[in-house]
Amino acid sequence: MPAPYALTDDSVVVIIGSGAGGGTLGNELAQKGIDTVILEAGGRHEYNDFINDEWNSFGQLAWLDNRTTSGTWRVARDFPNLPAWIVKAVGGSTTHWAGASLRFQEHEFKALTNYGKIEGANLLDWPITLAELEPYYAKAENKMGVTRTNGIPGLPGNNNFKILKAGADKLGYKECNTGRMAINSETRDDRNACQQTGFCFQGCKWGAKWSTLYTEIPKGEVTGKLEVRPNSQVLKIEHDDSGKVTGVVYADKDGNMQSQKARVVCVAGNSIESPRLLLNSASSKYPDGLANSSGQVGKNYMRHTTGSVYAIFDKPVHMYRGTTMAGIIQDEARHDTSRGFAGGYELETLSIGLPFMAAFLNPGAWGRGFTTALDHYDKMAGLWIVGEDMPQEQNAVALNSELKDKFGMPIPNVNFVDHPNDVAMRDHAYKQSMALYDAVGSTRAFPTPPYPSTHNLGTNRMSEKATDGVVNKHGQTHDIKNLFVSDGSQFTTGGAENPTLTIVSLAIRQAEYIAQEMSARSI
Amino acid sequence: MVTIYERKLGLSRRDLLKRGGATALLVVSGSAVISTEHAWGLEATALKAKTMATLIQMARDIYPHDQVPDKHYAIAVKGHDEAAAKDPAHKELIENGIADLDLRAGDGGYLGVGWEEERIKVLQQIESTPFFQAVRGGLVVGLYNQKEIWPLFGYEGESYSKGGYIERGFDDIEWL
Repeated sequence: MPAPYALTDDSVVVIIGSGAGGGTLGNELAQKGIDTVILEAGGRHEYNDFINDEWNSFGQLAWLDNRTTSGTWRVARDFPNLPAWIVKAVGGSTTHWAGASLRFQEHEFKALTNYGKIEGANLLDWPITLAELEPYYAKAENKMGVTRTNGIPGLPGNNNFKILKAGADKLGYKECNTGRMAINSETRDDRNACQQTGFCFQGCKWGAKWSTLYTEIPKGEVTGKLEVRPNSQVLKIEHDDSGKVTGVVYADKDGNMQSQKARVVCVAGNSIESPRLLLNSASSKYPDGLANSSGQVGKNYMRHTTGSVYAIFDKPVHMYRGTTMAGIIQDEARHDTSRGFAGGYELETLSIGLPFMAAFLNPGAWGRGFTTALDHYDKMAGLWIVGEDMPQEQNAVALNSELKDKFGMPIPNVNFVDHPNDVAMRDHAYKQSMALYDAVGSTRAFPTPPYPSTHNLGTNRMSEKATDGVVNKHGQTHDIKNLFVSDGSQFTTGGAENPTLTIVSLAIRQAEYIAQEMSARSI
Repeated sequence: MVTIYERKLGLSRRDLLKRGGATALLVVSGSAVISTEHAWGLEATALKAKTMATLIQMARDIYPHDQVPDKHYAIAVKGHDEAAAKDPAHKELIENGIADLDLRAGDGGYLGVGWEEERIKVLQQIESTPFFQAVRGGLVVGLYNQKEIWPLFGYEGESYSKGGYIERGFDDIEWL
């Protein structure tokens, strides 16, 4: 049963956020018998409440609180108050994610060593290696039921995949399949198999796609050691004179301010909200915000080098039918500077419905050049580019100096400028993708600009030295030993892979460390 | 309130407003815009009926889909009449915007310009204005989120209640 903990209980671990990082960490700690409270800013919508309708679902799940943008990225022009397409709900963005579950490659953990110094980039090696993370990747894949691991068969290929595969074959790509997906290809873990419904982004109404909402969280709750409080937005983390954190202040479901004491605080609000909270918790002792002696909180914001290519054929495709992202080409994920850029990228099938296609294919465009593309919606195939982008100090989440939210907390501003490496990679990926579809007979293709960010990374990065980053190899802040970061904002660099599997693996590993440090009474 | 309703025909000739192009006739009658061919009408309250008729044409010129009937463009722009009823500034934005459009179009106004290409040239002159962006921006959801038009694009919408596509063609492509 869910455990109700008192606000004054200072023995609990408080986790802020219930997505891939926070939800996983909460369950892992509860399984170890540690009293845990998750404070989640959004509401709780069980999977039968999800909506097979893009705009209505967006209204139900998306983080729609006002944010501002700056920098030269096109999102700042087209969607100035929507830098990211992420979720405000129990389960966080694991309700919305597409399920692609890839391990980082070995060289990606050592980006500075392997890519060398790149002008304008703030590259750094991770303080952990692939070998160190491998056991946790294995646990995460088993937990999440990732296809093509643990003897789980791959998902069947839908129409969009068949086009991708045909094009991959023509171009000579060798590594093309329906991917490693945390979506059940057969019944597993008391969850349904995928029914090819095609609304992965709107929350899986079958529960076939792994989400903390209906896996980690109820499993944690049943131990009696985990309490999840929805509609609870944390505004500030408090500390004592010694500098240790002591609890959090949050606005409850009725908008009343509450104070929850804590032995340990773990921040897992995704890469925009997590640094926002640390920065907003500035005090006389920590005038630049918590855990910010390095000055790196909020900096090095990464969003992956993305983009889409949609292509029209002279015959029907119906790309929207079936699992959205069960299709991948990995040949370009290698690091090979002969292509004109460092790092690599994945190509993954993608489809959006007609309403979102109208909004995102070429935002702001009008006239027949645009509408004749939509006229052939049913003959379209599509893919998404996911590549490693360069961390840059200027790409940062900062507190807006003027605008505040309804609780009086400064809203975040997200500044982003593409690095020349990002541009070179995206252009290469556009060219390859258009060639791929051309090889299958497409009559017209569209190099579609990046959407509001779904992969938000790096704003509390992990570093060996306290001067280079915010957290150590366990996600523990360098400055405050009972304060942790548990989401993708820990990423030192982005890799080419969709980040969720790595976030989950780090959370499993972090739970072991927290339990060990708590029993050693060092935190 | 703006209402879209089915309407019996029976209009005097003076109500007729010749629409450009070779498609249906849109008629302005009192406070309503009426389609003679498809028997639907749009009643305007805050905005002039002719303004609504011009907005409908403008909407089609911005996002032209020849397979989508006027009714859906009318539904997509009716929010401007509702907003104008509540907000005098919005009313001014739209009425002034349309008046400017008519002025730029010359004798006969915007609706008097026969060829789409010629109307587009007029729209291109104003595409950075708040008026144009308000109309275009509203259409992105106002037009494309109408479930009734999805089948015209081959989009099938909700699928959970039908059991997804696992038995309904998720992998039925045959031409590869």
